[in-house]
Amino acid sequence: MQSLTRNLASKIALLPMIIISLTVFVGCIIYSFVYSLTGSKLIPALNYVGFKQYEMLFKSRKWDVAVENIFIYGFVFTIGCLVIGFLLAVLIDQKIRGESLFRTIFLYPYAMSFVVTGLVWKWVLNPTFGFEHSMHLWGFEWFKLDWLVNRELAIYAVCIAAVWQGAGFVMVLMLAGLRGIDDDIWKSLSIEGVPKWKSYLFVILPMIRPMVVTSIVLIAAGVVKVYDLILALTSGGPGFATTTPAMYVMENFFSRANLGQAFAASIIMFISVVCILAPWAYYEFYFRNKEAKA
Amino acid sequence: MKKLISILFSLLLPLSFTSVSKAGGHMEAEVIHWWVSGGEQAAISKFAEAWEDMGGTWIDTAITGGDNARGTTVNRIIGGNPPTAAQFNISKQFVDLVEQGQLQSLEEVASAEGWRDFIYPPELIETCEFEGEFYCVPVNIHSAQWMWINNEVFEKAGVPKPNTVQEFIAVAPKIQEAGFIPLALGGQPWQEGLMFDVVASSTLGFPHMAKLYRDKDVEAFRDGKMEMVLQTYRDLNSFIDEGAPGRLWNDATAMVVEGKAAMQIMGDWARGEFAVAGKEAKVDYDCVIPGKEKYVALGGDVFVFPKNSDPKVKEIQLKMASMMVNPTVQANFNNAKGSLPMRLDVDTSAADACMQMGLDLIQQPSAIMRENDDWNSPAFTSAWEDIISEFRNDPNYSVSAAMDDLEAVLTSGL
Repeated sequence: MQSLTRNLASKIALLPMIIISLTVFVGCIIYSFVYSLTGSKLIPALNYVGFKQYEMLFKSRKWDVAVENIFIYGFVFTIGCLVIGFLLAVLIDQKIRGESLFRTIFLYPYAMSFVVTGLVWKWVLNPTFGFEHSMHLWGFEWFKLDWLVNRELAIYAVCIAAVWQGAGFVMVLMLAGLRGIDDDIWKSLSIEGVPKWKSYLFVILPMIRPMVVTSIVLIAAGVVKVYDLILALTSGGPGFATTTPAMYVMENFFSRANLGQAFAASIIMFISVVCILAPWAYYEFYFRNKEAKA
Repeated sequence: MKKLISILFSLLLPLSFTSVSKAGGHMEAEVIHWWVSGGEQAAISKFAEAWEDMGGTWIDTAITGGDNARGTTVNRIIGGNPPTAAQFNISKQFVDLVEQGQLQSLEEVASAEGWRDFIYPPELIETCEFEGEFYCVPVNIHSAQWMWINNEVFEKAGVPKPNTVQEFIAVAPKIQEAGFIPLALGGQPWQEGLMFDVVASSTLGFPHMAKLYRDKDVEAFRDGKMEMVLQTYRDLNSFIDEGAPGRLWNDATAMVVEGKAAMQIMGDWARGEFAVAGKEAKVDYDCVIPGKEKYVALGGDVFVFPKNSDPKVKEIQLKMASMMVNPTVQANFNNAKGSLPMRLDVDTSAADACMQMGLDLIQQPSAIMRENDDWNSPAFTSAWEDIISEFRNDPNYSVSAAMDDLEAVLTSGL
């Protein structure tokens, strides 16, 4: 009882948020789960079919491809953004001329919406009128860049477009970190005669760890959300080679009038996110508390 | 005091708006549709003009993309704010809405005006009738069963124009040698599915297709002919350029119009693209219905009228339904749209040579073909399309594996 009245004002202030989380988030999750057990088509209907929707989901070739894609995309996009973003930051950190110009150029893609990025890269990578075509016209007949229409490579074409957009943002974050490094550290490193690449990799990088963690969190949030980029770039094609779980859900929701299937797929998406987040949350809230107490 | 007044005012403000909109609700009709291209806009405006001539107000809610438009309609019905009228395709797309009692029955006006006597072909009545009552208004007929041919390209390649898909495959290598793309395709699942259906129905004939799509007859599916169709479909692949994935249908049509490609398999809405480019039917381009037996598929559009809590709306909806089947309105609308009207007593003197072929054909009941989505839910047709699309794009996807997967969809009960 006492714990309930402690900080009563702040608890009251939090009440709307608590109510919204409970009704909107938890409520919708329960709603989705209940309807994922039904054969709902165009309109939600309570005609229970057990776990048939899940059975169909796991049998679906398309869903398999979607799940595989989100892993490829997540891995390549995260690593790509971090590596390229960090390299760009290091290069800009060399006190070069026209720094602000380059910074603007590298950051600019981030200011664009994913839809625009998708369309631009769709044109650039199109073999019949894009970059490949230009190369042919310039006389390089052997040149081939068919990633976008090659079902094995199309997902990597998506990654290129995404990294192109995201790397600049990581660069800015990392650069802010690099600028925070004290000059004395650089001086002592040069007195010790440590090569530059070694100092960046083994001394500076650990020092800007908070920036790296921030970047990873922001990028990872973008991975789960990816939808508009792929829609604009490939619409999930060729065939369904670049489809993602989010697209699978949206498709079944709207164009396919297959609500039960969409709910089942979104529940599986939810469970997978929880599976990834749970160990981290456990570490943050439980393990850390223990550490602090000890 | 001032604050109190302003609070009161802000509370009253929304009310004042609602009362205004109620007062202005005389024959006011909001229509959701997905006709946004030039020719389509011209067509829908014929409805709007006719409606305004009757003293109504037309609120046009055009939403790009059939999927999006239908999604909006369903969401608004569920959300309790339905439009007056909404577009769907001649298909099973809106069956759920009827079964859930969300649509206004049009039986009053349908029986009063004798719709059952003049709507042609009668298959359209089947689409709209549920338990003896009309729930939708068919407005036009579009057939998917066409090959669009650039005459000049075939002349330059020195090969005869094909009458069947198989004949095309025989001459296509020569077209390729002459430096043209033999077949223009937009590599989106619905276009790949459309092309497959044209190959299948022109090879197997409509009765056999009905056994598959309507009866889900596994024996007919496994009688050895389907493998042949899949093989033919795969053979077409080598005549399609590699830029196809994701291409829009009208961009593919433009390739034929501009003489970059020899042929496209597409519905009769492609004719509009030729017309806009100033090309003349049978002179610059040719239209062929492939196969020994010629069919005209009953694609097209309907309008449905969602139930509304306001009883006045029903009256408006019945008036609009009656307006849409009016022969003069039908003539204006379909001439602008380039589609076939849903009744025979309509003035079609403006029809070009290609449209005339469709008009002649539709008068023979045996030439009328129903399609996958006339019998099956969107869930079924899109699951089917997925496999067809994957089969086209993945050369390692064998015919026998595709057969197994198609059979799984056929028997899935979707």
